[in-house]
Amino acid sequence: MSDPILQLKGVKTDIAQYHILHGVDFDVPRGAVTMLLGRNGAGKTTTLRTIMGLWKPHQGEILLDGAHINGLSPAQIARRGIGFVPEDMGIFADLTVEENIRLAALSGQPIPERLDWIFEAFPALRTFWKSAAGTLSGGQKQMLSVARAVVEDRELYLIDEPSKGLAPAIVATLAKALKDLKNRGASILMVEQNFSLAKALGDHVAVMDDGKIIWTGSMKELASDTGLQERLMGLKMETA
Amino acid sequence: MTDSAPTHTPTMTKLPLAERLRPWLPVLLVPVLIVVGYLIIPSSSSWLTLTVSGLAMGMMIFVIASGMTLVFGLMDVINFGHGAFISFGAFVGTTVLLALGQMTGAPSLLLNLLAIAGAVLAAMIVTGGMGWAFERVIVRPVYGSHLKQILVTMGGLIVAEQLIYVIWGGHEIVIARPETLKGAITFAGAALEKYRLVAVAVGLIVFLGLRLVLRRTKLGLIVRAGVENPEMVQALGYNITRVFVGVFIAGSALAGLGGVMWALYQEVITAHMGNEIMILVFIVVIIGGLGSVEGCFIGALTVGLVQNYAAFMEPKLALISNIALMVAILMWRPMGMVPVVKAK
Repeated sequence: MSDPILQLKGVKTDIAQYHILHGVDFDVPRGAVTMLLGRNGAGKTTTLRTIMGLWKPHQGEILLDGAHINGLSPAQIARRGIGFVPEDMGIFADLTVEENIRLAALSGQPIPERLDWIFEAFPALRTFWKSAAGTLSGGQKQMLSVARAVVEDRELYLIDEPSKGLAPAIVATLAKALKDLKNRGASILMVEQNFSLAKALGDHVAVMDDGKIIWTGSMKELASDTGLQERLMGLKMETA
Repeated sequence: MTDSAPTHTPTMTKLPLAERLRPWLPVLLVPVLIVVGYLIIPSSSSWLTLTVSGLAMGMMIFVIASGMTLVFGLMDVINFGHGAFISFGAFVGTTVLLALGQMTGAPSLLLNLLAIAGAVLAAMIVTGGMGWAFERVIVRPVYGSHLKQILVTMGGLIVAEQLIYVIWGGHEIVIARPETLKGAITFAGAALEKYRLVAVAVGLIVFLGLRLVLRRTKLGLIVRAGVENPEMVQALGYNITRVFVGVFIAGSALAGLGGVMWALYQEVITAHMGNEIMILVFIVVIIGGLGSVEGCFIGALTVGLVQNYAAFMEPKLALISNIALMVAILMWRPMGMVPVVKAK
């Protein structure tokens, strides 16, 4: 495994009176896609939100490129180079598609080359460039959410269930764009329930259950072992 | 999973005309109201006087309410203490105007406007500073709890009013308008008070300025996005707390400006004047759509016009006209005239 871009060491997070993360330990390798898998309620989204600083861990360490980021505000963490696609997409419905993208360009205006790539990956965003984001379909909103995260180069992308509730054609469009992002050498930590998509994109896997990492390894290893899949995630699938 | 995605061709369906016009209907409310006023008010000169008076009143309420609607929209804070900034602005501005008596008493428009500018600047600086302190000391500990916000900001309002008694005394202060802004001009047989025309111009400048900032600048983009989903704005790399404080200071300073305008409109100020205006401010913020500057503008003009027309047609009706207006508008558009989408 290459040197990690992100390390979590014994991260514990509480939300109100609930203990959600019970000591999460895993590394996210640089320049690869790490899939964070697990049953519903395992703590995957909480892990991403904790890394992003949206929920504060009460114990443990989070290191981005070797530097501590726990205790920093979400804005500081984002400016350290993390792009975030939340589970609920987090688009600004009253803003136009253009404004959503422009807001995400921290350096000012979006880079034209990057915009061209976004338009190529998601033609709908060019069509609805001047439309309010709230008028987009669910799939288009997800495209916008991903486009917003990738409008500038980031050290690491945190992507939470991009395929959730989307039609297969839209999932395929998103998968193609994410694969393209991966081929550009991006480091990605992605939560995904769709195992087919996870298999297509993932290089490494961390499986969570009950607020802990219960298994880490390569996607090749997990994808080829149906027994392991069933044991870790309750999946019953044919070997890829 | 395939590598090549099926072609996803987006299309735009053209909505029927009625559907496309629907979001713009509130914009028509003010002109429609003015036309209705023309039809029901027997004399056209009275109609013109009342219309200018209503627009002036509406503009002043807008200046005061615009900051409050942004504070509510962006920070989800119900600030009952907003009235304190109005009163303080009025007292500071009046003090400056009284000190510049030679300038306000001179028959020179330039000197008069300079005196007003000085008063406005002083009022906005003081109320902006108060806003900063108010946010840090009173509001920040109660983010997320509306009940606590109501209680502590009411407390802040009482403290601020008592401070006015301590500094300026308990009596009301009479403030005359600057010399060249006294009296009225006659237009189409109607007497139009000069000061009201100035108030309309100032309100319009504030509205256009706010709109320019909100629609054409990155800061405006951050504020508009923050009204909708502050968490995501942070996750995109913007320090929303700093934006919160900036908006609170700007909102308080605008209330201070409104206080000076209201003082010169009424020509008398009291410690509780801000508190009294707050009823109208709340109505405007609610019917406009919480967090919407455009809605606030339309709402303020509507309230000003309805109050003036109703007071002329049936004085007793004026007492309930604004409440009736709020009920009618909320029945028509329950989220206000220009609702703001909230992600929370």
